[in-house]
Amino acid sequence: MSVVLRLERAALGFGGRALWEGLDLEVSSGELIAVLGANGSGKSSLLKVVLGQVRLWSGSATFLGSPVRRGDRRIGYVPQQRLAEDGVPLRGRDLVALGVDGHRWGVPIPSRARRQRVNQLLSSVGAEAYASTPLSSLSGGEQQRLRIAQALAADPRLLLCDEPLLSLDLPHQRLVSDLVDNARRRLDLGVLFVTHDINPILDKVDRVLYIANHRFRIGTPDEVMTTDVLSELFDAPVEVIRHNGRILVAGVPDHDPYHHPEAAVLR
Amino acid sequence: MIGLDSLGTVWSEIFNFSDYGQLLPLLKNSIIACVVLGIVGGLIGVFVMMRDMAFAVHGVSELSFAGAAASLLFGASVVTGALLGSLTAALLIGILGARARDRNSVTAVLMPFGLGLGILCLGLYHGRAANKFGLLTGQIVAIDDPQIKSLIVISAVVAVGLVVIWRPLLFASTDADVAAARGVPVGLMSIAFMILLGLAVAVSVQIVGALLVLSLLVTPAAAALRVSSSPVWVPLLSTAFAVVASVGGILLAAGSSVPISPYITSISFAIYLTCRLLSVRRTSHRSTEPAHAT
Ligand SMILES: Nc1ncnc2c1ncn2[C@@H]1O[C@H](COP(=O)(O)OP(=O)(O)O)[C@@H](O)[C@H]1O
Ligand SMILES: [Mg+2]
Repeated sequence: MSVVLRLERAALGFGGRALWEGLDLEVSSGELIAVLGANGSGKSSLLKVVLGQVRLWSGSATFLGSPVRRGDRRIGYVPQQRLAEDGVPLRGRDLVALGVDGHRWGVPIPSRARRQRVNQLLSSVGAEAYASTPLSSLSGGEQQRLRIAQALAADPRLLLCDEPLLSLDLPHQRLVSDLVDNARRRLDLGVLFVTHDINPILDKVDRVLYIANHRFRIGTPDEVMTTDVLSELFDAPVEVIRHNGRILVAGVPDHDPYHHPEAAVLR
Repeated sequence: MIGLDSLGTVWSEIFNFSDYGQLLPLLKNSIIACVVLGIVGGLIGVFVMMRDMAFAVHGVSELSFAGAAASLLFGASVVTGALLGSLTAALLIGILGARARDRNSVTAVLMPFGLGLGILCLGLYHGRAANKFGLLTGQIVAIDDPQIKSLIVISAVVAVGLVVIWRPLLFASTDADVAAARGVPVGLMSIAFMILLGLAVAVSVQIVGALLVLSLLVTPAAAALRVSSSPVWVPLLSTAFAVVASVGGILLAAGSSVPISPYITSISFAIYLTCRLLSVRRTSHRSTEPAHAT
């Protein structure tokens, strides 16, 4: 197991306000880390740092031994879900093809190798059935599968997924997390998986990075998801209940309950 | 019978094919211009639709009109004026309006300013009235040899430019976040696109007129997107639709005393309507199929 991503004493914030500070994190190949935290705690921003799109306040972020940079194709990215709108001239396979060679100049030249690569990626996420369906008429779950295939197209060493389960029903949540899990085992990928509910991926997670209150905790789910650790992290009495293999966190204080009512609900 | 009589007069003003044989050779330049414009409009329209920039196109064409009108007033080249106006507008909208909401307000601010400026220049201009009217609603036989050359050169720049940046532009227009993560220079793509759009608008303004640019830069692509979702077929269909509309427009306009633009806009609209009807049938077919399991 080699280290793919390393953050050292990393701090980030915007407009003089810190999101998190002193973050030390190592992601090894084949390791799946869940990134948890309330809305606005800086989870997406962490991924942007790794993508080289946002600069750290201080500390360092290195990917495969060199400082992170923009447009490194060895990082796969599945952004926070946005459904494709009408008026996009793409079908399922075209979205995946953009992952293969969308960064190259010119118009795509059809070739057998290209078609095979796209077919192989489509079948790796079980999306052959809607390869030729317009993107805009696919469901959220179907689009998410295609996005994962697109992210895997460039043989990445690290996969960043930003809330890939958001607004999916339970069967699709399981399906998409299985896909990510299979991919990281098959390709020996490091994975940062941002989610606000750990349960759909609980049995796959190696470690948890929980961000709250400008601070964080890192460890296995058993180490982090406890009443003591989370109460200390949130500076408030939080109760963690384990029930039927699920983790329920009650009493998480929310700075903005009006906008994010789901964060205050017992999960 | 007076009603029928006057109807007949109106009809022969709209459609009049006597002397058609002699007219056609005179139209050579205009037909070439229309083919070229159709190709450029059809291609760039696909990205205008993807990037949701129809309103911005309208804004750019009003500033292009202002530039052209100012050149008419000061006796400069209309092509240069149209180019300056549309490039300025396209870059302003591109830079100040990176986000969709900003873009709409920047466009809405620029558009009446451009239109007003253009009307002021035309008001002060005492040359041929046909020139004035033409910038707003299009002109026909007025294309002379130097003008056609510049139109073809500019159009070629747009077409070649689009082909060169096609894939990264498609990627950036589909999902800018992922494209950026994949190393596509997303910011550069949007500036390059705005420049190409500005050039395409400047060419269109001189043929269909500022008020009707959308009929060649948006309608054909919108029609194509109704009947296909293939990244190969949509640009091909869109280009075909735009060429049919513009060349069909000039062939019909040739015999009449009416400007070219109503013909282009009508054909363009008819194509769109047809595609919409086809797509209604297509989607109603699809929704009767069982939803596939996922
Ligand atoms: N580019 C930026 N400029 C200024 N503020 C930003 C920027 N990106 C994110 N933020 C702010 O940082 C905070 C964390 O955002 P984000 O990382 O998206 O949170 P999360 O993904 O955990 O919900 C939010 O308050 C957001 O408004
Ligand atoms: Mg987020």
